[in-house]
Amino acid sequence: MLEAAFPVALSTFSTGRVWVCRNGCIKETGRFYQMLADRPAAASKPSYLLLPDAKAKKTHGQARWALWFLLPAAVLFGGFVLLPIIIAVVLSFSSWNGSGAVHYIGLNNWDRLLHDSSVAAALERTGLIVLFSWLLQEPIAIALGIFAASRARYRAVLTTIYFIPMFISAAATGVLWSQLLAPYGGGVQYAAVHFHLGFLNHEWLASPHLVLGTVIVLVAWEFIPFHTLLYQAAASQIPRSLYEAAMLDGVGPWTRLRYITLPMLRNSIVTSSTLNVVGSLTVFDLIYTLTGGGPGQSTTVLALDQYLVGFKSFEFGYASSIAILLGVTGVAASLILIRVTGFGRMRSQAEGA
Amino acid sequence: MIASERSTNVGRDKRPAADRGTIGSPAGGQDCRSRAAALFRRALTLLAACFWLIVVAAPLYYLVVVSIEPEATFFNASPWFPTAGVTLGNYATVVDSGFFTYLRNSLIVSGGTTLMALAVSLPCAYAIVRRRSRATGTLFRVFLTGFAVPVQALMVPLYIEVLRLHLFDTLIGLILPLAAFSLPITILILVNFLRDVPSSLIDAMEVDGAGQVRVLISLVVPSALPALLTVGIYNFIMSWNNFLFPLLLTQSAGTATIPLAVFNFEGNYLQNVPDIMASVALFTAPLVLLYLVARRQMLKGLGAAFGV
Repeated sequence: MLEAAFPVALSTFSTGRVWVCRNGCIKETGRFYQMLADRPAAASKPSYLLLPDAKAKKTHGQARWALWFLLPAAVLFGGFVLLPIIIAVVLSFSSWNGSGAVHYIGLNNWDRLLHDSSVAAALERTGLIVLFSWLLQEPIAIALGIFAASRARYRAVLTTIYFIPMFISAAATGVLWSQLLAPYGGGVQYAAVHFHLGFLNHEWLASPHLVLGTVIVLVAWEFIPFHTLLYQAAASQIPRSLYEAAMLDGVGPWTRLRYITLPMLRNSIVTSSTLNVVGSLTVFDLIYTLTGGGPGQSTTVLALDQYLVGFKSFEFGYASSIAILLGVTGVAASLILIRVTGFGRMRSQAEGA
Repeated sequence: MIASERSTNVGRDKRPAADRGTIGSPAGGQDCRSRAAALFRRALTLLAACFWLIVVAAPLYYLVVVSIEPEATFFNASPWFPTAGVTLGNYATVVDSGFFTYLRNSLIVSGGTTLMALAVSLPCAYAIVRRRSRATGTLFRVFLTGFAVPVQALMVPLYIEVLRLHLFDTLIGLILPLAAFSLPITILILVNFLRDVPSSLIDAMEVDGAGQVRVLISLVVPSALPALLTVGIYNFIMSWNNFLFPLLLTQSAGTATIPLAVFNFEGNYLQNVPDIMASVALFTAPLVLLYLVARRQMLKGLGAAFGV
């Protein structure tokens, strides 16, 4: 039930148990919070020991302060996260151009959505980006993460450089690469001609056939560092004794990778994959600054389509329908991913232990 | 270079390979073969590492080189080597285009977002931990739900809301939604951290007659300082590089933050590649330099929510 309510949160953060007690408290065991705050020693004591329920009841009378402590966060969150969701749902049943009256038009937007070929095409492009981003980014990030987890000096230096794209905004990345890939005077085209790198000599951004591939590669350039960071953290936690034992048994490096490293990285693979899928599903900044959705419609993904319908055609009602499709797809994708990766199975195993 | 690495690798790899040979495989031929295989693997790893270095560093190198090339000779010279002289004039153009305004806006927005998120989340997290009840549990779960909500799906309503609040094209109109969307992660990390503050300490303060505000300020804040720093860094980086909110919620150059300014600069200096590269370099520099100076903290901050 919890999983259905916020799949990303649980799939990403929970490796232990979370449940709701009869009195409504959330209690947890295992590593749910331990992973978050990087304080391994403290999470081992069950949290309910810190504040017994009986004590909570005793002080119930003077509990008014809690309301004032909770209020600012609740108002901010309600006003700028929950209220927009409600507005989006309402607008998706309306027709509105930004000024004047909002007309309720029932299911017209949704009917139009089902028959809109440009939305279908945008959905297909988004799907391609999600699939190939995952296929491209995860293996590279795992390899780099394992590489970076070593304490060798030269690897630390290289890793420092590898992480730099993480700190460059997606907008700046888009501008940089649009100049690098410019058909005339761009750095890549120059290198292709003058450095005998003929395979680079293509219209990477101008050709409708190539541009989606280019976007996928550049999304990878932008996001692989972050996933590398996740894998580096996990890989450096693997006990060395496991490898030492395997070496004593004469186990080769590929076998060690297959039977020690990858199984130990399983939680990170789930975390990283979930973030990867949701991230590439909603990728906007990079495409907006790199191609603006073009040439033609070749890189108009769902998020961009929604932006263009909303802020260029001023069809706020219809844009909201597309937005809800985007949001629901995101939640559904992460749910499916959790099922397929067997994350639920793994959790129940942990509970049995 | 690779050849020299190989030769050093032979020396480095000799002992472990020999060890493995004596323990794992008695046959001498196999030992030799496994040593060769190990060498081959090292060379391959190094080659792959160098390849990735080129993938990451070449665009950044291009960025710096082109940014110091004179605009007049750019199309005749190589964009990869500053053969036709070097100039800092491009940077002067970027500074004159209002760099310090954008820098100030970004500092206000990111600093404001970070401070607001922390100031609002800390009492909230403290109340969730200290006052366990059905209500606080529900509220906590509602905050967690925020993780699953993609900002990109809420562009239209956020725009309408900020417009209606008369906050369109203001910095506070950026700070409020940015802070709201950083609440789930901030509250989650702080709740987790505060659970480990011994409640006996708080009880003791209460017995001494301290009010909850007093407890918060003189006990909770100091003990949660590491968590506040980590999640603060995360929020700062996220809002510093945010492009979507300024794109939607601002209009004039006076309220643009750095990511939007880079994009607008490209639009205004369409054919002038060196100037555009100088703008990317200069606008990107603050955060990248901060990363190079405080690498450990910055990486820890970025990975804070994900078990790093």
